[in-house]
Amino acid sequence: MSALLQTENLTKRYGALVVTDDVSLTVEEGELHAIIGPNGAGKTTLINQLSGELAPNGGAVRFAGKNVTAAGIDRRARQGLLRSYQITSVFDEFTVRENATLAALGTQRHAFSFWTSLLNDQKALEAADEGIAAAGLAALADVHASDLGYGERRQLELAMALAARPRFLLLDEPMAGMSVQESAAVVALLQSLKRKYTILLVEHDMNAVFALADRISVLVYGKLLVSGTPDEIRNNAEVRAIYLGEEEVGHS
Amino acid sequence: MRMSLSTGNALPVALLAGLALLPFAAAAADEPFFTAFFARVLIYAIAATALNVALGLGGLVSLGHALFLGLGMYSVALPAHFGIANGWIHVAACVASCGVVGILTGYVSLRTSGIAFIMITLAFAQMGYFLIVSLKQFGGDDGMAIPVASEFFGFSLGSPDSVYGVAFCLLVALTVWIARLRSAPFGMTLRAGRQNARRVASVGLSLSRYQLTAYVLSAILCGLAGMLLANLNAYASPSSMSWMVSGELIVMVVLGGMGSVFGPFLGTVAFLGIEEMLKAVTEHWMAVFGILILAVALLGKAGIAGLLARSGRSNSPARKGAKGPLLAESGVQP
Repeated sequence: MSALLQTENLTKRYGALVVTDDVSLTVEEGELHAIIGPNGAGKTTLINQLSGELAPNGGAVRFAGKNVTAAGIDRRARQGLLRSYQITSVFDEFTVRENATLAALGTQRHAFSFWTSLLNDQKALEAADEGIAAAGLAALADVHASDLGYGERRQLELAMALAARPRFLLLDEPMAGMSVQESAAVVALLQSLKRKYTILLVEHDMNAVFALADRISVLVYGKLLVSGTPDEIRNNAEVRAIYLGEEEVGHS
Repeated sequence: MRMSLSTGNALPVALLAGLALLPFAAAAADEPFFTAFFARVLIYAIAATALNVALGLGGLVSLGHALFLGLGMYSVALPAHFGIANGWIHVAACVASCGVVGILTGYVSLRTSGIAFIMITLAFAQMGYFLIVSLKQFGGDDGMAIPVASEFFGFSLGSPDSVYGVAFCLLVALTVWIARLRSAPFGMTLRAGRQNARRVASVGLSLSRYQLTAYVLSAILCGLAGMLLANLNAYASPSSMSWMVSGELIVMVVLGGMGSVFGPFLGTVAFLGIEEMLKAVTEHWMAVFGILILAVALLGKAGIAGLLARSGRSNSPARKGAKGPLLAESGVQP
């Protein structure tokens, strides 16, 4: 195993407030790495710096051996670093298939074609249909995104990330707001994606995290407290102190 | 691609077919006014369709497209002033001037969005307007007559009939192209950007490049409309590039249905048609016109094209969970 994504002393400040505090994180190729931490720990801020939507004040982000700190999100996406959003953000006017095909096209080539329909791009369409099938939306491929239910929209979010045939998936709370059944379906889906992709998962659902993750990093007030296997994290005194009252941390 | 003739498309297609025959009818009835009037309608429909690429597909509210209409007009007027009638030179001047000005103003404007984008495009258009007004040797405020029409291999745009023919063909070609463009990768990227700009970047597409291209394409096409207008009027004047013309073009697109295939054409026919009819009835036509526009605006953002699509949809089985504003998008699809 070698590191696919690495941050070195990553720091982000908003005025006096340090939101990401000297974070050095390593995600190995092929692992499912989870980030947990109490509300306001700066998890989404960290994700945004990894995806390229937010520029850090200091430190570096390396992806596949290259320093990508200065690269924007579109360039990182084309290198295979794809993300999904906590707040579902799909294209409502498009069908499921159109959403996924556009996402697939984005990492395959440019969109400067002015005549032939997007859905006639066989290569993009193939990747899109794979992503849709993997996310469990095959039956709804021709439905407009605006007509999907909440859980289905979250699945589409995943389908779009998968359609891009990523090397690395950044998943920002893929189970947020889902019903128990829907969450279980996503856990099963992530289980099937494990090993095929390197995944960094931010999630509040501790049961899901401890069931899925190979390694877990705990973020507190922007600082990386500890990284380790689920067992190490479960038995860590400091982590227990933070989740005080949640004695059941990761009891799965 | 479905090119079925649904109720939504039937009216605009019938209208276009009628317009194809109009010059012959006007000639037979000895009413040349109609040819000239509808030539103007076709030309503004081309300009509105051009604006639709930026505004309707890309969501770029440009309040400065009259600038490109004006550049197109002066691309005919200035060479003609020096006795150059070669239409290809006029086209080259138009494409070059609209292209260069489009790239420069677009590059700056696209660093902003929303209200700021509207204001900055307006500011650029006003700069162009006052530049032309200040050029006294070329008529300044009064504009300039165009002594020779554009001529292409002996085909002259000197008569309303010939302008009409070219405008008609150009509009049909543009409309067919927009129908394809809407679902082509370029159009889909623009439409995606209008819905959620941030998301477009995260699928790996650099939105601003596509928006700039759309803006420049839209500018050049608008310039071609200006060329035709100059030939039709045998006159170029700064008043055709005032900010009110930019506003009227936006109204035409919104009235007809933003982003739809036939919307700009329908909006232009409605706008200029109603204007002409009201003018004949009362000199306070603007007051009545305002109320009519208000009524269409209240009917929903899908415009006339949306209304037609909805009426077409009502007698066919409804699609699962189809919603109001989406009808124009899904219904007008070719």
